[in-house]
Amino acid sequence: MRVVLDHVTKRFADVTAVSEFSATLEDGELVSLLGPSGCGKSTLLNMLSGILPVSGGRIYFDDQDVTGMPPEKRGIGLVFQNYALYPHMTVMGNICFPLETQRVPKAERIERANEIARLVHVDMLMNRKPSELSGGQQQRVAIARALVKNPRLLLLDEPLSNLDARLRLEMREEIRRIQQRTGVTTIFVTHDQEEALSISDRIVLMKAGVLQQNDLPQSLYNEPANQFVADFLGNPPINNLPGTVEDGAFVAADGKARCALPMLAGVENGRNVNLSVRSESFVLDENGPMACEVTRVYQMGKEEMAYLTFGGTDFRAYIDSEEGLRKGDAVRLSLKRRGVFLFDRETGERIR
Amino acid sequence: MKKNKQKPDRELVDRSFLARIEPYLYLLPFFLGIAVFTLYPVVNVVLMSFKEDYSYLTREFSQWGLANYDKVLSDPKFAQAVGNTLKYVLLVVPISTLISVIVANLLNQKLRFSALFQTAYFLPMVTSVTAVGLAWKLMYNKNFGIINYILSFFGIDKIPWLENAAWSIPSLVIFGVWNILPFTIILLLSGLQNIDPQYYTAARVDGSGSLRIFLRITVPLLAPTIFLVCIVNTISCFKVFSELYPLFNGKPGPFYNLYTVVYYIRFAMMENRKYGVAAAAAIVLFGFIFVFTMIQRVVQSWMSARKR
Ligand SMILES: Nc1ncnc2c1ncn2[C@@H]1O[C@H](COP(=O)(O)OP(=O)(O)OP(=O)(O)O)[C@@H](O)[C@H]1O
Ligand SMILES: [Mg+2]
Repeated sequence: MRVVLDHVTKRFADVTAVSEFSATLEDGELVSLLGPSGCGKSTLLNMLSGILPVSGGRIYFDDQDVTGMPPEKRGIGLVFQNYALYPHMTVMGNICFPLETQRVPKAERIERANEIARLVHVDMLMNRKPSELSGGQQQRVAIARALVKNPRLLLLDEPLSNLDARLRLEMREEIRRIQQRTGVTTIFVTHDQEEALSISDRIVLMKAGVLQQNDLPQSLYNEPANQFVADFLGNPPINNLPGTVEDGAFVAADGKARCALPMLAGVENGRNVNLSVRSESFVLDENGPMACEVTRVYQMGKEEMAYLTFGGTDFRAYIDSEEGLRKGDAVRLSLKRRGVFLFDRETGERIR
Repeated sequence: MKKNKQKPDRELVDRSFLARIEPYLYLLPFFLGIAVFTLYPVVNVVLMSFKEDYSYLTREFSQWGLANYDKVLSDPKFAQAVGNTLKYVLLVVPISTLISVIVANLLNQKLRFSALFQTAYFLPMVTSVTAVGLAWKLMYNKNFGIINYILSFFGIDKIPWLENAAWSIPSLVIFGVWNILPFTIILLLSGLQNIDPQYYTAARVDGSGSLRIFLRITVPLLAPTIFLVCIVNTISCFKVFSELYPLFNGKPGPFYNLYTVVYYIRFAMMENRKYGVAAAAAIVLFGFIFVFTMIQRVVQSWMSARKR
């Protein structure tokens, strides 16, 4: 099912949790909703499921306007952040419950529950109570409960946040596998960028209730729309060198260090900018425009992580360890085309 | 040297002995209260029930024996009292539980006038049964009572609530239910507030309407509290007396037809001065309450075992 959000807004008494949010999810897509804590991810999900009424805007499922439709009519599967499995029912009872409300005959209910339980590998736990399950098992039961009714839309609210690192990794593969098997349009909420980058078809990044970028995972990383997106993605975080533009050259914060860059050609003089460079986008180059000093070097496998300073600003760069850099060395760097961005320092907007 | 070595040891022992009995010293006043006002009377009643021809004034009795029990169990009045009491328990407990589960559930919603409703429902709790019983007596009045007045709008003829033997049971039960509701509702409300609202949300997203959520989520999660309420109310209903007293001018029903066990005990003691008989009846009542409570506990553990 195709989902369209049209200027959806949610205001609470004193905060606007989601503001003028517009996006389209294509049928069968797995979209990650990514953003820092408190940015409105759960609020957006709750509006999609109908638990929270919208303050403004409209929501469409395919061509149907569902903005005012109550949750029980929307046909949505929702996996809560803490699973919310019914404690008084067995795993079988939990998975069957959504079918009961659809008046599916008992024999068929059990058959479908068993089938979905096999899919998420909880078929041997059918007679247990939720309190007798591990976190990962509870999560899979919650997913089974959400999937069994063949939902038009599957919503997962940080489903992996309670799991340990290894189980997280396993479970996200599992979610991806199940999603591809069933082909259900899915929204996966997370604040873990790695999780989002690894499983989604598309990522929607938000901040303080406002959509920042809605794009393919690699585009989000390679073509961030603004400073926030560039900062949010990437590990180690992107290097931000503050400075100004003068006659097509970047002048660092100390006013002395400067480097001429072709990308600065059209930018007006005196503009306050951040030159933002991913650590893997620096290249040692005798003729490079940036004269830097090495302050520290860490060995990291076949590469080295060098700490350098340029015009009074420290930054990190991956350098081929064969170069044998040492602390105190003066080196020149040039920049790759990929992973180098210029942002307006006041607005955070990308300068192209 | 030896002395020096022993002295601290002795001190240590003494101090730890004091420390050990200290908490009991704090408990002593409370325990004395319990002993004097609860334990002593209980033991005394048990003993009294086996003393034949016991005189409270002279404290004399002819012999130990079961004569009091024999008298109680063969007395048709006692059989009638047990029958009435059982009727009362079996009507008031289920009705009041049913009503209070529904009312507590309504009060638990964020209704517009819920503060008003809460006050209205908890009013009986802070008023005395006897005073309120007198008010109910007026409301039940055949000719001038508000209940018959309201019923007249629905074309219902005047009902002799308190004057007719057949109607006296329903009027006692209605008053008893009303009287027991607030405490029951408070217990259930606190039980309801312990249920994570996320389960309701989950059930709604799973496609359930309010009724299904109530039956499949609320009631099962509230079951432990419901059982507690049933047990507490059963015990208090078995002891029905003060509800009866004001309604029928101190008589057990219009034609002495509403004897309850506690009324029988009081009657044996105050009117007939048969203390041994009264004590035996009290022990039999205790037996009834004990058996009923046990049955409920067995049912409860059977039900919770079946659910897993
Ligand atoms: N019921 C409410 N009343 C008032 N403010 C609320 C309410 N629910 C959420 N908010 C506010 O709305 C904002 C967004 O909350 P939301 O729960 O959607 O964040 P989130 O992105 O899901 O965060 P997290 O990653 O921590 O779960 C927050 O500032 C929060 O304080
Ligand atoms: Mg959240």
